[in-house]
Amino acid sequence: MPPLKRPATREQRTAIVHGILCFVLMLVVLQLWLLTATMNAWLGGDDAAVWPALGASAACLALNLGLLRYL
Amino acid sequence: MPSSDDPQSRFERARDLDPRVDTPGREGLTGSARADVYEAAQQPDTVTIAPDLRPPDQQPRWRRDFAIDWPEDHFVARRDFAKFLVLTSGAFTFGQGWIAAKSLVRKNEPAPARKRIAALSELAPGSALVFGFPGEHDPCLLIRTADGELFAYDQRCTHLSCAVVPRVAEGVLHCPCHEGYFDLRTGRNIAGPPPRPLPRVELEVEDGEVFAVAVQRRTV
Repeated sequence: MPPLKRPATREQRTAIVHGILCFVLMLVVLQLWLLTATMNAWLGGDDAAVWPALGASAACLALNLGLLRYL
Repeated sequence: MPSSDDPQSRFERARDLDPRVDTPGREGLTGSARADVYEAAQQPDTVTIAPDLRPPDQQPRWRRDFAIDWPEDHFVARRDFAKFLVLTSGAFTFGQGWIAAKSLVRKNEPAPARKRIAALSELAPGSALVFGFPGEHDPCLLIRTADGELFAYDQRCTHLSCAVVPRVAEGVLHCPCHEGYFDLRTGRNIAGPPPRPLPRVELEVEDGEVFAVAVQRRTV
């Protein structure tokens, strides 16, 4: 017998949205810091951080887009 | 007192609706629907019923996105805020990509050509001169201290690109926009909001002539 799947109630969906919101907020703050630090380094003539920072920021975006599926 | 022949009353009579909030069984409810309509609601705090009387999950998208009841409104607002944050995340990644692209462009730029600034005899000790390097529209400062040493820096403050003013006697460069200070001998940011030292212009002196040869950007 297949397991019974009940649709989530609004309280449950709201709790999920709160959890996702916390994760997304942390990732976006991390990206903001990354962007300002990279910009400062690049304007100071240091190119070494540019590509790793782009990779890290893209990874954060991919995580955020993954979480978007559950909203 | 409202007329019993107004459009709202006619609508309620036609659909057999009871708009009174004190009707037994539907106290505190909003909207104009029969009390038994609410019994089918999935959520106990869904107190507003749409005019077509269908449950919330069968309503059109626009109506679900503009909720009336507080719990549903909280859910919609937080969900949309999370979606907007993901959009912001995309914008930050785009910004990183923009920096990476500019970095590639900068890497492929040729080194600036050596450029004559002035003759040493034109620059008295304790004075400064504005010149353009590497382009005519890249303002730089050539400074000659009282003891005859030469220093040259990009004139744009590293905070918001205001023009810095040399105070040779005090040994500083001052940005009047936000009270930023740089050391005259090193170009380092010593006070105020500037986050980086001023880019240093490398100089060569040949036969009493001063030449700019390169710009050295620094983070510390």
